[in-house]
Amino acid sequence: MTGSLGRIYAMVMRHVYLYRGSWPRIAELTYWPVMQMLTWGLLSQFLVTNSTFVAQAFGVLIAAVLLWDVLFRGNVGVAVSFLEEMWSRNLGQLFASPLRPWEWAVALVTVGLLRVVIGIVPAALLCIPLYHYSIFDMGLPLLAFFANLMAFGAAAGVAVSAIVLRYGMGAENLAWVAIFAVAPLTGVYYPISTLPEWIQPLAYILPSTFVFEGMRGVLLDHMFRMDYFGYAAALNVVYSAIAIGIFLHIFRIARVRGLLLQMGE
Amino acid sequence: MQEIAIRADNLTKRYDKVLAVDNVSFTVPRGAIVALLGGNGAGKTTTIAMVLGLLLPTAGAIAVLGEDMLKHRYRVLPRMNFSSPYVELPKRLNVYENLAIYARLYGVPHWRAKIATLAEELQMTDILDRPYGQLSSGQKTRVAIAKSLVNDPDLLLLDEPTASLDPDTADWVRGYLRRYQESKRATILMASHNMVEVERMCQHVMMMKRGRIVAEGAPDELIARFGRESLEEVFLDIARNRRGELQDAAQ
Repeated sequence: MTGSLGRIYAMVMRHVYLYRGSWPRIAELTYWPVMQMLTWGLLSQFLVTNSTFVAQAFGVLIAAVLLWDVLFRGNVGVAVSFLEEMWSRNLGQLFASPLRPWEWAVALVTVGLLRVVIGIVPAALLCIPLYHYSIFDMGLPLLAFFANLMAFGAAAGVAVSAIVLRYGMGAENLAWVAIFAVAPLTGVYYPISTLPEWIQPLAYILPSTFVFEGMRGVLLDHMFRMDYFGYAAALNVVYSAIAIGIFLHIFRIARVRGLLLQMGE
Repeated sequence: MQEIAIRADNLTKRYDKVLAVDNVSFTVPRGAIVALLGGNGAGKTTTIAMVLGLLLPTAGAIAVLGEDMLKHRYRVLPRMNFSSPYVELPKRLNVYENLAIYARLYGVPHWRAKIATLAEELQMTDILDRPYGQLSSGQKTRVAIAKSLVNDPDLLLLDEPTASLDPDTADWVRGYLRRYQESKRATILMASHNMVEVERMCQHVMMMKRGRIVAEGAPDELIARFGRESLEEVFLDIARNRRGELQDAAQ
């Protein structure tokens, strides 16, 4: 494997080596989604007899929490993979090599995707014996939801990585918390109609809003909204372009300011 | 006509109010070992970073192996490499994994064999499976040199290549680098504080102070010009402004 593909593969392998040699890191990936699923599963068991909303479809909260984790972990997966290079003081080595910034970004997103799969799939599978609910019963729409949330999370992760590159390790906590800014707006656990009317237009500029509304459409109305899928995909194209633009712009600033040689723990 | 590995024209780097490199011009011929000398903050690392393209100059031009580094750095980066104490490798990955990643990044054909050869030559076969973060500083330096040679570079940039090595290992590393340079007819540009190292290895020395090249020439030539016995004394004269003829020498 040579050229761009070889370099992307090299950067993916850099993280595969890291996880292969560290079972606590693998455990950490699966721990939180499983805990979330357990908590929300138990809550759903309680609410199914006490809430008309959950009674309509038992899995509506579990599916929401698992899909939220796709978004959250997609974002964290990209941003933390980026932080690994900063913690290692490895940026200077990487960018003195033929690695292009866009190749690195593709590798970060690929690693983010692997982290999401490793983190979410065990929780989703565990859900089946514990609560007799399978998120996979959603079928192909699940793949559409997953792809859109992963794309939005990755775009957010790339943008956060750029901010950390610009402002240094003082901004590293953004990797974990930035995505929570969209949580109240995007209607993970409740329909957007619950939000105050004046704020609803803001919710609809987020691709994730169409995913969570679409998910409720599948679970409650047994209907996959193609229009929602289209809106989410289109918004993701816009957000991804913005994130890549920010990243490349800040990468240039980093070369002007000498940040690639200064970053470290 | 002599081939040029590096050509810097009026290279300047300014960080807000600090002028790190001030209108520096120099050439490094192909196959030469050239040193950048100077005290802390003289501009050596900044100059090397600009040659690598890690840092964009505020003004000036830089060509490496015939390519304009501001426009076509990716054409030439596969033929370069570097080692610096200011950067490290992922600490939790073992030595082999680190070298494998960089071999792939540089598109090295038959990289497994290359790593095996480097490990043999640099006497580090016994540490290939050890995490980089657990190595002694001397072992880390050897790994850094292995990484910098993994693509058989035509141009090698070394920042303090033997820092933190004991005298015996440092001497061995210098010999190894010299043999590499001779066998490949590679060019080496190195920044160092070790004057003995520079005297032994380099054909040409550029003395930097406050971002400018204030004196340059062959080590013997500089020693004679300053009327001193060693390069270290020349360095101290320049660093401490001890001699009035510094200005003349610089000219």
